[in-house]
Amino acid sequence: MTQAEALKEYLLRLADSDMILGQRLCELCGKAPALEEEMALMNVALDLVGQARNWYEYAAELIDDDRDADRLAFRRDAHDYRNLLLTEQPNEDYAITMGRQFFFDVWHYFTLKSLAESSDERMAGIAAKALKEATYHLRRSSEWVKRLGDGTEESHRRMQNAVDILWRFTGELITPDDTDRVLAEAGLGPDPDQLAEDWRGMVSEVLTQATLTLGADDAWMYMGGKHGEHTEHLGFILAEMQFLQRAYPDATTW
Amino acid sequence: MPQHGETDRRSAVDILIASDRVPANARPDLFTTDDVWALLEDVKDPEVPAVSVVELGIVRAVQLAGKELSIDVTPTYSGCPATELIEELIIEALRAAGFRDPKINQVLTPAWTTDWITEEGKEKLRAFGIAPPQGSSSKMSLLGEPEVIGCPHCGSEDTERVSEFGSTACKALYRCKECLEPFDYFKCI
Repeated sequence: MTQAEALKEYLLRLADSDMILGQRLCELCGKAPALEEEMALMNVALDLVGQARNWYEYAAELIDDDRDADRLAFRRDAHDYRNLLLTEQPNEDYAITMGRQFFFDVWHYFTLKSLAESSDERMAGIAAKALKEATYHLRRSSEWVKRLGDGTEESHRRMQNAVDILWRFTGELITPDDTDRVLAEAGLGPDPDQLAEDWRGMVSEVLTQATLTLGADDAWMYMGGKHGEHTEHLGFILAEMQFLQRAYPDATTW
Repeated sequence: MPQHGETDRRSAVDILIASDRVPANARPDLFTTDDVWALLEDVKDPEVPAVSVVELGIVRAVQLAGKELSIDVTPTYSGCPATELIEELIIEALRAAGFRDPKINQVLTPAWTTDWITEEGKEKLRAFGIAPPQGSSSKMSLLGEPEVIGCPHCGSEDTERVSEFGSTACKALYRCKECLEPFDYFKCI
């Protein structure tokens, strides 16, 4: 795999993960448990979709086959999507929504922090901007994990349940493949070992404060999102998200 | 005599036309870069109309060469939905001043920071009821306790954060425990 191929692939992973999690959060618009939470969720979603657009625009320039950012987001099918499996998991209860956000935010924060130092200037610029936003996301989601975990008996039970259910999708965040390694060696992407160590460190610190038990180190992990092998949920997300662009391809007026 | 309300209607139409057409007496060739900056002082942020795009620090550069004008603008947040509207408002103001084809360059680097909001801009935010960002963005801690935010209404420092996110991406929601008023805090990034 060449560096150029790896970079295109990696940009799509960043864009798709932002896009799918943003879309998931938007499903809660009008349904969040409290008004403040609704505003927060939509703000986070907005940041993620905005970041996705920046990554897609860069990816579209490198792929250079006449597809623009919209086309990459709205006209690719599930097997072409490269998002992390964690981001496509359903909202379920609020503990799962915030647990998913927390595991993602820790990964996102350390990934962006490293990318902000990337030798690829364009990438570093987008990441430096996104990092400021991701920092706020992480502060908020870690507070929720602590509040629910170290809260009432019921909230603790639900938060532990969320950790147990979502844990199987976290291995993918910190298990590198060829794409990750090629970019890391070229100084473009994060060092996989450092990323894994940082992720484990912060997750362990917050879950411990939240009186929650981490999943097992040797737990079975579902992987494949980065290569287009998804859980059954992604198809449904795309069916809804891409409906308009599929029904009226290339429409110029909405 | 115009009928009741007619004067207002006509002036509104005039404004609309004016924004779309270069006035006959406009002399953009006489503009200096400083004049362009002064012009941009009148372009307000649509979400926070108390401050201009210059006070907010999102206009990064003005390049003027003869009649050719380009403006560097940076978004506050990656997904800020006001970005495109702000660009249109800037173009509109420049056209009204006589520039036929002003250009906007969207720049992402360096990323916008609340440190770029001018002191005057911060005062205007406070007067508008929005607590301005506290301190420097470089000193913000990741998981630490939030700073003390003064109430923009009564000045009390006995306030509490209701939500990390407020009515727009750039604000958080606070409540004053002294005067009991809720208020927006312009987040420090």
